[in-house]
Amino acid sequence: MKVVFSTSGNTLDAPLDRRFGRASNFLVYDTETESFTVVDNRQNLNASQGAGIQAAQTVAGTGAKHLVTGHCGPKAFRVLNTAGIAIYTTDAATVADALRQFLSGELKTTGAADVDSHWV
Amino acid sequence: MILAVASGKGGTGKTTVSVNLARVAGRHVQLLDCDVEEPNAHLFLRGVLQRREEICVPVPQVDASLCTGCGECSGFCRYHAIASLESGALTFPELCHGCGGCSLVCPEKAITETGHRIGVVETSEADGITLIQGRLDIGVAMAPPLIRAAKSFLDEGAPAILDAPPGTSCPVIAAISDAHLVILVTEPTPFGLHDLKLAVDMVRELKIPAGVVINRVGLGDDRVHAFCREQGIPVLLEIPDDRKIAEAYSRGELAVDALPAYHAHFENLLFRSRELYRAIRSEHHADLRI
Repeated sequence: MKVVFSTSGNTLDAPLDRRFGRASNFLVYDTETESFTVVDNRQNLNASQGAGIQAAQTVAGTGAKHLVTGHCGPKAFRVLNTAGIAIYTTDAATVADALRQFLSGELKTTGAADVDSHWV
Repeated sequence: MILAVASGKGGTGKTTVSVNLARVAGRHVQLLDCDVEEPNAHLFLRGVLQRREEICVPVPQVDASLCTGCGECSGFCRYHAIASLESGALTFPELCHGCGGCSLVCPEKAITETGHRIGVVETSEADGITLIQGRLDIGVAMAPPLIRAAKSFLDEGAPAILDAPPGTSCPVIAAISDAHLVILVTEPTPFGLHDLKLAVDMVRELKIPAGVVINRVGLGDDRVHAFCREQGIPVLLEIPDDRKIAEAYSRGELAVDALPAYHAHFENLLFRSRELYRAIRSEHHADLRI
C-alpha cells in the first residue's frame, strides 16, 4: 500500500508540510517494501491559482490511495475524492511521526475539505 | 477620443475625476465604469437603466464517454482549471480564463465550450451621459473578460471616458489598453508617489501617453510634483485638499455641480488632455515623416 505525505524535505525526518497544494514535495511511502520515493511539487509553489488541483493530480498520478497532510482545501478535495484517495489530516511535526500515526491507525479520514480556498 | 482615468493607488479620486469630466464634456459622452468589482460612478449620475446584458465566458464541458484521461488538456491549462484523472477530466469553471485551449488540444474531441456567467453590463442614460458599467457577480474572481465585454458596448463615434480599476494588474491593462490618453490620478503622499511610479511604468510599457492629476494638494509633500517634473510628465490639474469636495462627494453630488468654481477646472482638464493627445499625435506624425 502506498501512502503520500506532503513535506518540505525529502527524507522521513523532514517536516510534514501542513500545506497540501504548495508543499515542496510529496513523499510516497510503500508499506510493503518499507521504502519511499519523492515526487517534486515545486512547480506549484508560485502558481497563481489551482495549486491544490495540480497537486492532487500529481498525487493521483503516484497511484497511492492514501494521503496524509496538514490541511486540504475544497478544490484539492474534489480532485482527490474523485480519484478515490482517502485524506488524513494531522499536526505531526515530521513525516516519520505522521507515518507512525498512520500505521497505528490513529488517523481518521476526512470527509470534507477542512479549510477554505486560498488558506495559507 | 478614448480617455482613461487610472491610478496605481486606490482611493485617489479616479471616480471623482471621471464623473466630473463626463459632466463637463457635454452631450453624447460615454462614461464606462471599468471598476467591475465595485462600480460606483452610478452613485453620482443616477441614470435610468436602458439595457442589461448577461456576460458569459466560455468554459470547457467534457463528454465523459469520450474522455480517456490522457492529460493533454490539464497539461495545457496554465490556470489549473482542469484536472486529468484516470476516470476522466474534472473542470473548475471558476478558474477558467476562457481561452479555449483545452478543446483544441483534446485528441478525442471530448471538450466543447459552454457559457459560464460572470456578470452583467448595464447601460443607463443620465442627462446626456451614457453610463456603461460592468458588474461582476459575487464570487467571480476574473474581471478582465467582463471589462472587455463592457468596452465592446462603446460607440466608437462618440467620445468616451473610462474609469479604470485601481492598481496596475490585468484588470487595469484590460481597461486602458486601447485608450488614446491616460490620466493618472494620484495624491501627494509617499504611498501616492510609490504607486504613481508603478502606474507610469505601466503606461510606458503600453506606449499610451499620460498626464497626471494631483488630488488633495496641500497634504503630504512635494515629491509627486518633483517626480512629474523630472520625468517630463505633464500635470494636467491640481485639486486642492478641499473639505467641500468631500462633503459634496458624501452626498453623491458632483463637484462641478455643487461647487461651480470647479466647473472651469474640469473643463480645463478636458481641454489640456485633448491638447496633450493632439500634440503627441502630431509629434508622432512628424517622426514618421522623418
